[in-house]
Amino acid sequence: MTSKPRHAATATSPLGMLLITGAVATVGLLIVAPLASVFVDAFSNGPQAWWEALAHDPDTRHAIWLSLTVAPIAVLINTIFGVAAAWLVARFRFPGRSLLVSLFDVPFSVSPVVAGLALVLIFGRQGLLGPTLAWLAVKVIFAWPGLVLATTFVTLPLVVRELIPVMEAIGPEEEMAAVSLGANGWQVFWRVTLPNIRWALLHGVVLANARAMGEFGAVYVVSGHIAGATDTMPLRVEKLFQEYRTPASMAVASVLAALALLTLVAKVFIERQLETESQELEAARAPGADTDPTTGGLGP
Amino acid sequence: MNTPPTPSSSNRREGPPADRFSILRPPSPPIRRARHRTVLPGFGISAAITSLMIVALVVIPLAVLILRAASLGPAGFLAAAWTPRARAAYAVSLGSSLTAAVISSLLGLLVAWVLVRLEFPGRRILDALVDVPLALPTAVAGLVYSTLYVEKGWLGQWLVPMGIKGAYSLLGIVLVLVFVSLPFAIRVVQPVIESLDKDTEEAARLLGASRSQTFFRVVLPGILPAVVTGFALALARALGEYGSVVFISGNMPFKTEIAPVLIVSRLEEFAYAEATAIAVVLLGMSLSMLVVVNVLQQRLVRNAQ
Repeated sequence: MTSKPRHAATATSPLGMLLITGAVATVGLLIVAPLASVFVDAFSNGPQAWWEALAHDPDTRHAIWLSLTVAPIAVLINTIFGVAAAWLVARFRFPGRSLLVSLFDVPFSVSPVVAGLALVLIFGRQGLLGPTLAWLAVKVIFAWPGLVLATTFVTLPLVVRELIPVMEAIGPEEEMAAVSLGANGWQVFWRVTLPNIRWALLHGVVLANARAMGEFGAVYVVSGHIAGATDTMPLRVEKLFQEYRTPASMAVASVLAALALLTLVAKVFIERQLETESQELEAARAPGADTDPTTGGLGP
Repeated sequence: MNTPPTPSSSNRREGPPADRFSILRPPSPPIRRARHRTVLPGFGISAAITSLMIVALVVIPLAVLILRAASLGPAGFLAAAWTPRARAAYAVSLGSSLTAAVISSLLGLLVAWVLVRLEFPGRRILDALVDVPLALPTAVAGLVYSTLYVEKGWLGQWLVPMGIKGAYSLLGIVLVLVFVSLPFAIRVVQPVIESLDKDTEEAARLLGASRSQTFFRVVLPGILPAVVTGFALALARALGEYGSVVFISGNMPFKTEIAPVLIVSRLEEFAYAEATAIAVVLLGMSLSMLVVVNVLQQRLVRNAQ
């Protein structure tokens, strides 16, 4: 075996072929086969049946509408939070900063079911705020505000975690220059910060949206699972499955799966943009690069 | 603004694979540039928005959960959280999550290695497909897995006659948990394999080490911390998973019922105390995972430097 000392395994060596086969089999069996079978099963009775399962069932229609409402609200809240939190963490130093950063990650390691339960303990009828909410005639649990809260919780880290490293990499110089030239806070944000972080922000938004559309556990707990009222698309998938209406369930699932594929395509595209920008930044900062601000060291 | 190049500018984002999913990134390094008194505006408003959200959504809900459980008293807590059915559910949760995390780590190492080191047609597509479980709703995954592995399913028609039951069984739980946790195991290890120095491996081979010796003595020590971090992340993800498991497990108490499913069924019976107590145990398990991940990541960053 010492006759080929240069590489442990190449694509054409027997070991390399074996490794590739193993990796392709892993991804194929665990990921591609399930994904393909969603679409095959959803269209097994023809596109007509697929369309009817989606459009002619009022509860399913309502679930699609509810998902398309709840997810954008949660994503919008998280976008505002993400930008504010990234600005705070990447541009200022203050006591408790690292504690704050680790709190951002807590939703990743809390089971969504536990998060949902915590919301029920606060906003539910027997919860901490239950009597107050009843007096105000506001319904949070078993209603859409609960869905928004639960979805916001599970997607909380996604935008901010995307922005912090990019903002730290870019550094505060351009923003400080803008301030010293007399720009106010909003002008700095809209004209300097936002253009610099737009791809990272979009990346976070796309990921948060995918997670928001697909969230099940947390939403299940706070929704009460009421068909035609608080069922989102993933909950509808489960309800139809429980009612032994697997083809209809697959039809809804296929819409969610198509959305996931779209997300991945968008993600690959955005990552390419991010890559280009970080290379440009690298080039601009490289020693000996043209540091004239008008060309930014980018042009030939 | 013209600034001289700083050493930190080369030490920024680590290239695409590490950035795939922000969760997998090592903790952000402390800011180096903000030394000088900053003149930037917006501290007040960004601090207000951030603390409002974190306090209202993370701190208060988890505090309420823990206080609710604490108000049961030690005896009441034990009576609620340590029933035979709850103990069985923890065992199923821990057992299937550990199994799934081990499988994910091994398969993840294989896939990551192939993606980094081997050039073959379709490599980029394979690389993109690895992220599917992060974008696909877990309910869809659970639904599809259960239909694939039942007796008449695509895979079940071959496997069930062989005695392999992939649906409504512990195996089914492990399968979906591997599905949801696999990307974590891959994406943590991938950038570390990329950063490995190939020369060391070549030197080992030239000095007469066999392939397996090179792997176990030279390669593995370098990537082990990342593999362990990936394992912990996969385990944390698997422990909390609900959406996919509820479809495939059959949810039989004492057999295939995981802790999150038990929480939900207690909640549906309005047994809030019991649901809360079990939730706190589960929370303890996953938060200790978070601590382990953080310690490991810090060690990882330190070793890399």
